[in-house]
Amino acid sequence: MRFLSNLINGLGLGSVYAIIALGYTMVYGIAKMLNFAHGDVIMIGAYIAFFALTRFGLPLIPGILVAIACCTLLGVIIERLAYKPLRQATSLSVLITAIGVSYFLQNGAQLLWSANPKVFPSIISNGALHLGALSISYLTLITIGTCIIVMIALTLFINRTKTGSAMRACSEDKGAARLMGINVNGIISLTFAIGSGLAAIAAVLLCANYPTVTPTLGSMPGIKAFTAAVFGGIGSIPGALLGGLLLGIIEILSKAYISTQLSDVIVFGVLIIILLVKPAGLLGKNVREKV
Amino acid sequence: MNNKGTPILETKDLGIDFGGLTAVNDLNLSVYDKEIVGLIGPNGAGKTTVFNLLTKVYTPSRGTIIFDGKDTAGKSVVEINKAGIARTFQNIRLFDKLTVLDNVRTGYHNNIRYSPLSAVFRLPGYYAKEREIEGKSRELLEIMELGEYADFTAGNLPYGAQRRLEIARAMATDPKLLLLDEPAAGMNPQETDDLMRMIRFVRDHFGIAVLLIEHDMQLVMGICERITVLNYGMMLAEGTPAEIQANPEVIKAYLGD
Amino acid sequence: MNGKEKKGIFGFLLDDRHRTRTISYTMVIAAYIILEVMLKTGSLSSLLTGLLVPATCYLVAAIGLNLNVGVSGELNLGQAGFMAVGAFSGVCVSGLLANSLPPVARLILAILIGMVLTAFVGFLIGIPVLKLQGDYLAIVTLAFGQIVMNLIMNLYVAFDSTGLKVSFVESKFKLEQGGKYLINGPMGATGTQRIANFTTGTILVLFALVVVYNLLYSRNGRAIMAARDNRIAAEAVGIDIAKTKMMAFVISAALAGAAGALYGLNYSTMVASKFDYNTSILILVYVVLGGLGNFNGTLIATVVLFLLPQLLRSLQDYRMLIYAIILILIMLITNNEFLKTKAASLRRKKA
Repeated sequence: MRFLSNLINGLGLGSVYAIIALGYTMVYGIAKMLNFAHGDVIMIGAYIAFFALTRFGLPLIPGILVAIACCTLLGVIIERLAYKPLRQATSLSVLITAIGVSYFLQNGAQLLWSANPKVFPSIISNGALHLGALSISYLTLITIGTCIIVMIALTLFINRTKTGSAMRACSEDKGAARLMGINVNGIISLTFAIGSGLAAIAAVLLCANYPTVTPTLGSMPGIKAFTAAVFGGIGSIPGALLGGLLLGIIEILSKAYISTQLSDVIVFGVLIIILLVKPAGLLGKNVREKV
Repeated sequence: MNNKGTPILETKDLGIDFGGLTAVNDLNLSVYDKEIVGLIGPNGAGKTTVFNLLTKVYTPSRGTIIFDGKDTAGKSVVEINKAGIARTFQNIRLFDKLTVLDNVRTGYHNNIRYSPLSAVFRLPGYYAKEREIEGKSRELLEIMELGEYADFTAGNLPYGAQRRLEIARAMATDPKLLLLDEPAAGMNPQETDDLMRMIRFVRDHFGIAVLLIEHDMQLVMGICERITVLNYGMMLAEGTPAEIQANPEVIKAYLGD
Repeated sequence: MNGKEKKGIFGFLLDDRHRTRTISYTMVIAAYIILEVMLKTGSLSSLLTGLLVPATCYLVAAIGLNLNVGVSGELNLGQAGFMAVGAFSGVCVSGLLANSLPPVARLILAILIGMVLTAFVGFLIGIPVLKLQGDYLAIVTLAFGQIVMNLIMNLYVAFDSTGLKVSFVESKFKLEQGGKYLINGPMGATGTQRIANFTTGTILVLFALVVVYNLLYSRNGRAIMAARDNRIAAEAVGIDIAKTKMMAFVISAALAGAAGALYGLNYSTMVASKFDYNTSILILVYVVLGGLGNFNGTLIATVVLFLLPQLLRSLQDYRMLIYAIILILIMLITNNEFLKTKAASLRRKKA
């Protein structure tokens, strides 16, 4: 029974990773870059949600919407200012820039809001659903539920709408997409917008589960979610879900049964093993350079 | 032309599939010592794929490649080069940020060696070997008429010079067989003429065999002693330039039905 | 220079290479002499005096990282992890030999062992890491850096009359009378004798420069740059990419290890979390600001970026923010197409 409840907690944590991983995987799929600053967009989202809910006393849903709107805007601005001028640059340059943006957000947040942790208000009642001996907190249920809704909505968007198919075209071949009259820059901006909006949702879920807000809040979940995205196969949306859930379960189980201190070591170990054994991830496909 | 003993390169029923697509099939290609052979065919005929198979960038799905009397199965790209096949690339691949001279020097990597320790601690071996590398590299640059560019950054060279530099670099690896992938692409007739002269000189001077892919018929017909025509990944014809020019199948493949 | 015959151009080229390294050595030695004189005459503030050894440590680590990122073209986000290996192994060596060797010999031995051990760790990590490319390689070095730091934070090393004890679980130890912890888990290394000095640090910087420059202008250095510029062409001329990348990675790690050992022996207490991801990024900023592959740039950028915020207290708060902006701006400027063509045409005019 303890194992089962750990498993469900793992699914809860994994749902958050999955939503974050979506941001990585979509941007990687379309802009072919590792947006290192994604984790820090989450952090900004957490602060905005925190201030919206506490200082400005907004109700929960409007508060979350404000956070989503701000993060979406932030994502688009970052893309326009820092990444767009580097479309032709080497991946090394782009990655260094992304690290710079990540650092900028972290340290900007620290200057604005100090490094002292802020306590995120409790937004979901502490109750739990009891199924015999097993009890699942409402929070976990809502987290998993949100993840499922996000996944369904995004899959429908990508597969059923015109914009969605333009996105798929861009991820296959940007040159050809441009020739077909698709506004590739617009699609890339949209991808950043969606990824960053999702980051705000992830931020609220993360803070509901671990209610301390600090400037470095996003970096660890960010790196882990990237691991999840790679695990599932970067560029693949179902892959992000699968990778996120598996990584969440691995983390919770290794905390429960192996060692709390070494759980990060285990998660990173997983990343290394996957990249070596199956670099394309569980659901990804291999691409090779044309000679 | 075919009775020159054992060929330096011989493929038997060579083929490769990408997914369901057969890119090259049943290819029986041979190149004899000191011979210049042309590999021609319409776009998409699989010519570059043949080069990639010969140099093990791709692993063949079927068939064997015998080079210098040995089966090359299981060899890596690096090992193939060490065995004596050097190549140039259709889409030029130079070490852009290195100088022209350093590009050629790099070609001597396995040919003239010394240990990393003698490099880092500048033991006597380093100086002797570096002098040898430099001398030979400059010689190759002179042959390819690049001497004046020696200290230029490779990426800044004019197009034609870049193609010639690729040949110089390939020759630095001391090959027995040189594969040239569209060496005259983008060159004007005068440059192509010069290039033909250089390719012949390299062949005579170093005593190597050359297999080249080319669309420029002036070059192919002017320099090749034998030509193999590829169409849809299959061998369409083989023979001397005169035979190929007269072959109705070839004309049909090039002009369409 | 243009009118001269071939030999003349060749001489000029050699000169150019000689000039770069001569400038490096001159800068280091001149800085050393000036600072030593100031030290001896007591005109150096205690704040600055305390920064001398750490500055040389960062210089050595940054020179190593530039070999990895600038010359080999692989982004390594775990340089601090390698420093940690060197630091804690150096501290252990020095602690174990505290009663049997004079400080200078102990320091040199600690640096050597730290360097060799880190090179070995770098080799082990390099085997899996160098199978990857680009972003994946970067993120895995980051992961390894975090793993190394986490492992050291859970490491207990102690010795007593019965010998050396190593464990990841504290309770396993039963130290005899007079036993001493060298590394005490999350508390790190405590009670270390501070035997590092500026002269050794300067020699280490010079050593790093000599190694890197000699490597650069050699068969192996060309192979490293060839593998960076065009992997497929490099293989086609017979260069073993894995071996070549490994050489740059291991030398970079070894230099970080040596720097770490010196760093560790400069403080009486040290925790592993000092060598976290932020420290790796810090070193990366030095390298990027100085210019990828430009070692004179690394020297200047490291010294300026390391000392400025320490000296201008008001800058301290904004330090990291400024670093972030530097990273972004340098990348945007160096990759700007307009500026690139401008620079190229300027260069052509000069030639």
